[in-house]
Amino acid sequence: MKKSITVTINGTKHTHDVEPRLLLIHYLREVVGLTGPHIGCETSICGACTVSVDGKAIKSCAMFAVQADGREILTIEGLSADGKLHPVQQAFWEEHGLQCGYCTPGMIMASKQLIERNPSPTESEIRHGLEGNLCRCTGYQHIVAAVKAAAAKMGA
Amino acid sequence: MATTITKLDTLVGRKIKRKEDPRLITGTATYVDDIQMPGMYHACIVRSPHAAAHIRGIETKAALELPGVVAVYTGADVKDVGPVPCGASLPGLRVPHHHILAQDRVYYVGHPVAVVVARDRYIARDAVDLIEVDFDPTDAVADPEKALAEGAPAVHPQWPDNIAFNYHQENGEVDKVFAEAEVVVKQRITSQRLIPCSMETRGVVADYRSGEKALTIYSSSQIPHLMRSLVAGMLGIPENKLRVVAPEVGGGFGCKLNVYAEEALMGFIAIRTGKPVKWIESRREHMQATIHGRGHVDYYEIAARRDGVITGIKLKLIQDLGSYHQLLTPVIPTLSVLMMPGLYRCKTVRADIVGVFTNCVPTDAYRGAGRPEATHGIERMVDILAAELKMDPVEIRLKNFIHSDEFPYATGTGLMYDSGDYTKPLKTALEMANYNELRAEQTKARAAGRYMGIGLSTYGEICAIGPSPATPAGGWESATVRVEPSGTVTVLTGIKPQGQGEETTFSQIAADELGVGFDDVVVMHGDTSVVQYGIGTFGSRATAIGGTAMYLAIQELKTKIKRFGAMLLDSDDVSYANGRCTCNKSGKSVSLAEIAGAAHRAMKLPANTEPGLVASNFWEPPNFTFPFGAHIVVTEIDKDTGAIEIRRYIAVDDCGKVINPLIVAGQVQGGVVQGLGQALYEHGIYDDSGQLLTGEFMDYAIPKASMSPNIEMASTETPTPVNPLRVKGVGEAATIGCSPAVVNSVVDALSPLGVRHLDMPLTSEKIWKVLQGGRA
Amino acid sequence: MIAQNFDYLTPVSLAEAFDLLNDPGAKVMAGGMSLIPMMKLRLAAPERVVDLRHVPGLNKIQQDGAMLRIGAMTTHHELESTPLVRAACPLLAQAAAAIGDVQVRNVGTIGGSIAHADPSADYPAALQALEAEIRIAHRGGERTVLAKDFFQDTFTTALEPNELIVEISVPLEAKCTGASYQKMLQPASGFAIVGIAARVSMDGGKVSMVRVGVTGLGGSSYRAANVEALLVGSEGSAADIGKAAAVVAEGIDANSDIHASAEYRAHLARVYTARALSAAIARAEAQ
Repeated sequence: MKKSITVTINGTKHTHDVEPRLLLIHYLREVVGLTGPHIGCETSICGACTVSVDGKAIKSCAMFAVQADGREILTIEGLSADGKLHPVQQAFWEEHGLQCGYCTPGMIMASKQLIERNPSPTESEIRHGLEGNLCRCTGYQHIVAAVKAAAAKMGA
Repeated sequence: MATTITKLDTLVGRKIKRKEDPRLITGTATYVDDIQMPGMYHACIVRSPHAAAHIRGIETKAALELPGVVAVYTGADVKDVGPVPCGASLPGLRVPHHHILAQDRVYYVGHPVAVVVARDRYIARDAVDLIEVDFDPTDAVADPEKALAEGAPAVHPQWPDNIAFNYHQENGEVDKVFAEAEVVVKQRITSQRLIPCSMETRGVVADYRSGEKALTIYSSSQIPHLMRSLVAGMLGIPENKLRVVAPEVGGGFGCKLNVYAEEALMGFIAIRTGKPVKWIESRREHMQATIHGRGHVDYYEIAARRDGVITGIKLKLIQDLGSYHQLLTPVIPTLSVLMMPGLYRCKTVRADIVGVFTNCVPTDAYRGAGRPEATHGIERMVDILAAELKMDPVEIRLKNFIHSDEFPYATGTGLMYDSGDYTKPLKTALEMANYNELRAEQTKARAAGRYMGIGLSTYGEICAIGPSPATPAGGWESATVRVEPSGTVTVLTGIKPQGQGEETTFSQIAADELGVGFDDVVVMHGDTSVVQYGIGTFGSRATAIGGTAMYLAIQELKTKIKRFGAMLLDSDDVSYANGRCTCNKSGKSVSLAEIAGAAHRAMKLPANTEPGLVASNFWEPPNFTFPFGAHIVVTEIDKDTGAIEIRRYIAVDDCGKVINPLIVAGQVQGGVVQGLGQALYEHGIYDDSGQLLTGEFMDYAIPKASMSPNIEMASTETPTPVNPLRVKGVGEAATIGCSPAVVNSVVDALSPLGVRHLDMPLTSEKIWKVLQGGRA
Repeated sequence: MIAQNFDYLTPVSLAEAFDLLNDPGAKVMAGGMSLIPMMKLRLAAPERVVDLRHVPGLNKIQQDGAMLRIGAMTTHHELESTPLVRAACPLLAQAAAAIGDVQVRNVGTIGGSIAHADPSADYPAALQALEAEIRIAHRGGERTVLAKDFFQDTFTTALEPNELIVEISVPLEAKCTGASYQKMLQPASGFAIVGIAARVSMDGGKVSMVRVGVTGLGGSSYRAANVEALLVGSEGSAADIGKAAAVVAEGIDANSDIHASAEYRAHLARVYTARALSAAIARAEAQ
C-alpha cells in the first residue's frame, strides 16, 4: 500500500515510502523532521500548517504527502536558509507580530504569498488576505503592521 | 517598530524587540509535539459521545489485535491513580471523585473512557474505532438554571440538587440601603461559556527511566512546578523523582493553568510500558475536554440615589461548573465577587454564589477568570442605571469613581486597592474619541434613522495574583540569578511564559540592574530540574511577582559583587554601575567578568563570603495590584442584517510602570480581540442533551484578522506601591475592559428602540431580532 | 485528524480514471479541500482515492465563441485571478474569490467544489445565475447538464457514480451586463449563510435580462425565477428591486442551524438579493 514519493523540500530532494493517508504536515514534521509548520486544527481553518507547494501557500494538514510527489515545498525553515532572515520574518520580529509563536510559521508563509501577489496591500487587503490563518494572541494589529513593513521593504 | 539597542542605554521602558522571536520566526522552537524519542509510543483517547451514561462494558479485544497496538487501558486499570486535583477549599464544597479515566459512568461529552497505546499515532487512532463501549445513556442537563430546577437529572446521583456549593459574602447594611434607595435597577446578565482555543492544543510526553525510577513529563503548561507536586501525588511517586518540563507553550489563556487527567495518564503509561509515550490533543478534543471559561448567569441589583450615586450592589451568581472540579473551578466565581464593585466607591454589597453541576466539561480560569464576568456585570449595570436616570454614562462614572486621594482604598469585598487615578485614562480616552463630537454625530445619525452607538467601560482588575493567603497554592514567586564565571547572567524564574515575552522583559530589568548587555542575560523557565520551585504564569502575575523576585535577588547579588570588587580593588569604598565595580577613591575599576572569574576561581575570598555569584529570592507580595483603564467603542448597526460594525476602538490602559511598550501594546491588542470574540462571536454551545454543537473551528468562531478592529491605544502610568518595580500587570486587562464597552456601545445604538440590555454574543441575528421589535 | 487507510491512485487519462472508478469503494479527488477534512474526521472513508491531478487537459480556461469553457480542475485562485475570467465572466471570478481563504483557493477546484455540492458553497449561486452547462463524462461518452438540473439536494448532484465533471461552461457577459455576488459569511467557517449571485443587462433604461442564483438558503442552490420575472422589464429602481427581492425565499424550506435560523436566513436572502441586484444594475449602467 505504501507509495514512494520524491519531494524537494527547501531545496533538498527527499525520497520516502509513505502510507497514502500520511498527511503532508505529518510527513514534514515526523518523517523529514521539519517541525516549524504546526498543527492547530483538523478542519483546515487555522493555517498553522501553511507551507508553500510549487510556489503556492497551502495548508499541509489538508494534503496527503503522496499528493506532493514530484513537487517543490518551502517551509518556514527554508525561508532563511542562508542564515539571513527573510524580510517578512524580520518584520514580524521588528513589529512584535507574534506572541506564543505557534501560528507564526504559517502566518509568515501566508504573508509572504500575500505580498508576492499584492506588493503594496492596504490594511483591509491584509486582513482579508490572512483569513486562512488564526492567531489567538496578538489581535492581528501587529501582524498587519509587520506585513505592511515587509511589503514596503520588499518593494524598495 | 522596535528600538535598536546601543550599549549602556537603559532598557526598561523601551520598545525592545523580543529575544524569544528568532527561534519562533524560523520554526526552530520546541513545542511538546516537536519532541521525538526513540521507541516512543503514541496514545489516543476514547471519549464519551454521551453527556451522561452508564458504562456497561468495554470490549478492547479487536483493538489489541491490531498490529502495532501495544496496550489498551480502561478505568479499571487506573482506578488507583489519584483523582484529578481540585485546589479549592470552599466551606461545604462537594468534590466528586475525578478519576483519570471514567469508571462506571460518564458525565460529559469528551469524558475519557479508555486509552490506546500504539507504535504510531495513526495506528492508535485506528484502534480507537475498534473499541466498543456499551453505553447506557441517561438524562443529562447542560444548562445551570435548568440543573437547579425541581426534577432535573442529577449530574452526580449522590447530589440530586446539582449544587456543589453556596457562597455568601456581604458588607454593610444591604437590606436597609435597598429599602431606602431612591432608585433600584435589576438585570439578568449572562457571560456565556467560551472555549479557550490556544492555537497549540494541550499535549503531553512522558518518559520513564526504570533504572533511576525517574519520570519526566513534558506538558504544555503554565504551571510546571505545581503540576509536578500534583501529578507526583496522583501517581504515588516521590516528588523529587518527577521532572516536569513545559517547553515552548503555544498560548495558554488559563486553560493550561491546570492539571488534567492526561498528564497522570501518560505518566502511568510510561511507567507501565517502560517506553516514552506522547499524546497530542486534537482540536476537537480541545473543544470537548479542555476547560471552558465563563459560564455565568448573574442577577444584579443596584441601588442608587437619583443623583447617580450608587449605594448598594446585589449579585446572585449562578456558576456553571460543568461535571467536575478542575484545579480552580469553584474558585473562579469568588474572584467575580471580589471584583464586583469595579472602580466605584460603593461598599455596601451582597453576593450569593451557587455553583452548579452540569453535564458539560468543567469551567475554570480563562483570560481574566472571574474578573471579566464581574466587570461586564458592573459596567453594564452602571449603564443601565445611567439610562434609568437619563444621565450620560461618563457623568455617572465620574460621580462614583474612587478618588485618586483615597488610596489605598478598602473595598466592600475585602480588597485593598493599591493605587489609582481612574479619571485619567477615561479623560484620555474621551479626548482621543472626541466624545462630544461623537455624541453630536450620533444625534444626527439617529435623526437620519441610523443606529450608531458609543459605549465605554471603565474597568479595574485584580492582578499580580497574589498574596499566598488569598490563593490555593501559594502566591509568591521565585528567582535565582547567577553570574557565570565568564560574566554572563543566568536567570532562573518560577514563572512559565506562553507568549508574554518575559525572556525579554526580565532581560531588560536584569541588564539594567547589573549593567550587562541584553544578550548577556539568559532567562530560563519551565523545567523543574533546572529552576527552583515556582508557581507559574497566570493572573497577570509574572512580571509583578516573578520580576520582583528576580529584582530582589539581583540586589542581593550586587552586594556580593561589591564585596568581591572591593577585595579585588583593595578598597572599602566601592560602587557598582554599568557592569563595573569602581573604587570611589582611586577611580580604578574591575569588570563584572573579572569579579565573576575571581568569585569562581576563589584563590582568595572576602571575609565571611562563599565562592560563586548566585542569589535566590522567593518573594511574597503584600497585596494584589489593581490596574485599570477606559475603553471606548463606536459601533454602527446594519439595519438590514443586524451586523455590527466596530467603527472605532479606543483603549487606554494603566498597568503601572511599563517595562516594554511593544509588549504591553501586544497584550492590549490581543486582549481586546479576545474580549471582542466574547462580545460578538464566541459561544460554546451545548444542546439540551449535552451535545457540544461548537466542536470544531468550523463552528466556533474565534476572531480572524478581517473581523478584528484597528485599536487606537494610549496608556497612563500609575505606579503601584506594592512592588519595587512599580508594575501592575497587563495580560488580562484589555479582555476585561472590552466586552462591556462593546455591549454598552451596541445597547446605546439600539436604545432609541427601548433596548436596555443584550446578552453576548451579539450575533447579527440577535440584533436583527431586536430591530424586528422582539426585545432580546 | 487521521484518515482511515486507503489506496492512492493517480490515473493519467480519463479512460484510466473511469476504469478505476468502476470500483464501488473508489472516490474521486480533485483538490481535496472538501474530501480530505471529511476523511480526517472519518466522515468519509473511501477504500481508494482516485486523484485526477495527472489527468491532462482538465484545467484549461478557454474562450469558445460566446462561451467560456473552464476545465473542472481549475482552481478557485486561477478563476479569481485569470484576466480572461475577470473580464468575460466577472461573476464567476467574484464567487471564486469569496471562497474560504487563499490557501484553500490555491488548491480547491471548481469541479471538486460543485461535485461536493455543499449547500453553503459559493459557486452554485453563480453557476445558477450563469445558467452554466456542466459537461460530464463517463466511459464511452458524455452529457451536458444545466446547473439547475445538476444541483439536486444537500450534497447531492446529478453525477452518477461512474461519471466525472470535465468542464463547466458559462456565457461571456454581453455588453451592458453587470454582475455581483454577495454573501453573509458564517464567521467561523467562511461558508455562506446565504449567498446571492445576480446578473443584469440594461437596455434603454430597462432591465432586459436578469438572473439570480441563491446558495445557503435551502438544501440546494437554485435560480430564483420568480425574482427575475418581477424585475425584468422594470427600470431597476430601488423599489423595483425591493419588490422582486421580496419573493426570493418563497417556497423554500430554509436551513436552520446554530449560525442562523430559517427565518433569519430567509430574511438575509431578501436583503442580499436586493444588494446583489443593486450592485449588478449599477455595474451594468456603468458600461
